[in-house]
Amino acid sequence: MVVTAARMRKLAGRLAFGFSVFVIVSPAILVMLWMLSLSLKTEVDNMSFPPVFVPSPPTLANFLDVFEKNRIETYFLNSVIVSGLATLVAIAVGVPAAYGIAKAQAHKLAMLTLIARITPALSYLIPLFILFQWIGLTGTIWPIVVTHLVITLPIFIYVMIGFFEGLPQELEEAALIDGCTLWQAFRYVALPLARPGIVVGAILSIIFSWNNFVFGAVLGGRQTRTLPVAVFNMLTFEQVSWGPLAAAALLVTLPVLLLTLLIQKEIVGGLTAGGVKGA
Amino acid sequence: MNGGPRQVGAGYKSQYLRFAYPALAITAAVIVFPWAFTVYMSLHDWKIGQQREFVGLANFARLAGDERFLESIGHTLYFTVLAVLLPLIIGTAAALVFNERFPLRGLFRAIFILPMMATPVAVALVWTMMFHPQLGVLNYLLSQLGLPPQLWVYSPQTVIPSLVLVEVWHWTPLVMLIVLGGLASAPTEPYDSAKIDGASPWQVFRHITLPLIMPFLLVAAVIRTIDALKAFDTIFVISQGGPGTASETINLFLYLQAFSFYNIGYASAVTIVFFVLIVILAMVLLWLRQKAKWS
Repeated sequence: MVVTAARMRKLAGRLAFGFSVFVIVSPAILVMLWMLSLSLKTEVDNMSFPPVFVPSPPTLANFLDVFEKNRIETYFLNSVIVSGLATLVAIAVGVPAAYGIAKAQAHKLAMLTLIARITPALSYLIPLFILFQWIGLTGTIWPIVVTHLVITLPIFIYVMIGFFEGLPQELEEAALIDGCTLWQAFRYVALPLARPGIVVGAILSIIFSWNNFVFGAVLGGRQTRTLPVAVFNMLTFEQVSWGPLAAAALLVTLPVLLLTLLIQKEIVGGLTAGGVKGA
Repeated sequence: MNGGPRQVGAGYKSQYLRFAYPALAITAAVIVFPWAFTVYMSLHDWKIGQQREFVGLANFARLAGDERFLESIGHTLYFTVLAVLLPLIIGTAAALVFNERFPLRGLFRAIFILPMMATPVAVALVWTMMFHPQLGVLNYLLSQLGLPPQLWVYSPQTVIPSLVLVEVWHWTPLVMLIVLGGLASAPTEPYDSAKIDGASPWQVFRHITLPLIMPFLLVAAVIRTIDALKAFDTIFVISQGGPGTASETINLFLYLQAFSFYNIGYASAVTIVFFVLIVILAMVLLWLRQKAKWS
């Protein structure tokens, strides 16, 4: 009897634990599922109360509507160009910079990336907005790419500094003793080892650049707005038709969510390193 | 920082710094230049499309008497206090759960962190629909629980708590990850001896876990405070600072001044005051962290 009582208690404990896992993840799941549900329902079902939870039958009409009435392809391409270019530049200058900062232990320079994180985005936007007006670049995509460097460069350098500090020193030291220049030791020894870190840093900067709204909202023109801005404009200009709005919201965020699920372990590692060292 | 001696690397410090020159050049252009230019602009009466005039500190003097701005500080602090404390509490609870081993833990953790990776505008759109007083799913859920319907973001009284709800949903995962990092690095010996002494789970948490993760909680508090003060996208999409100016935070006020009224000089002054406020609050929390470390 004692054994079964203990077993029962263990089982109850497990059930309680399972329930707490369920409670903790359910807000995330429910909101995402609700977005999916809204995007797959007819307008009649979306406007009914009590709400219809499961679309029956599901319809793709909202997605077709979004593609018909908006140039989603253009905005998607804009977002890809902006996040892609801003991340490529961050990689090109960020990898050597993070290496140099980690090696020289230049903590003051590392602090600079922190201060960049503290500064409100709008305080970069006002002066750069004026500057681009003077140069005559407003309306093109270049101002958006340049301002997105404010997002990608600090994130990327931050992740990479942590990564380089964690790499073993011996191989490079051996290379230097063998007569390599610092550049060669970096290029042929450290860089190949840094590849996993570069992947994590690049993905994080792509995601945060993809998600950014305010830079594109202020600097983007009709042709050059990014995807989040285009979706926001649907809300203000087309008035509330829930199905297409939810479909558009899903289209914007789906690439990011899938990326997160696919490489969650690496992302968690990168975020934890960045977060914990963040202050 | 790994402790080991670096005889070979140490002599090359200035040469290693050259690796950072291209990044520093870009940083100077897109980060340092805007800071300097903001200070310059804040000293001028400057509207886009008009002559600018040097006015010294007049913009700052005007800010001190601008009731709408002073109110926005109050809204920001109210929003920030809630949007820091709630994620800290819920995030810690979630981290304690994810610190246990259980089947499919990786998958559940990935789902849990989805909100913080999701595009804020998309999230805000969905919440806007959920907040709808007549057709929204939240009021339906309340009615199922026997609770009266709420006006959510449509009433000046509930708009900030409602926006906090979105912020908590959005950013609790970051707190969870930071605390989880702290739990992972905690030593196991104190737990073993507590088990032998027959301590209750609450006693274990209160007297062993909490002190161990305190530095991590303070880091999370700093990051959360900075991000909550800077919150913009979801507020801008969901309430636009309304109803009236009931949820107008400093950042929203700043945006309106700069890009609706084109008061560039005045907006720059707001930026500087805002930045100083953020730095002060971050410093206070970092100071608390130092204190926690030494005691």
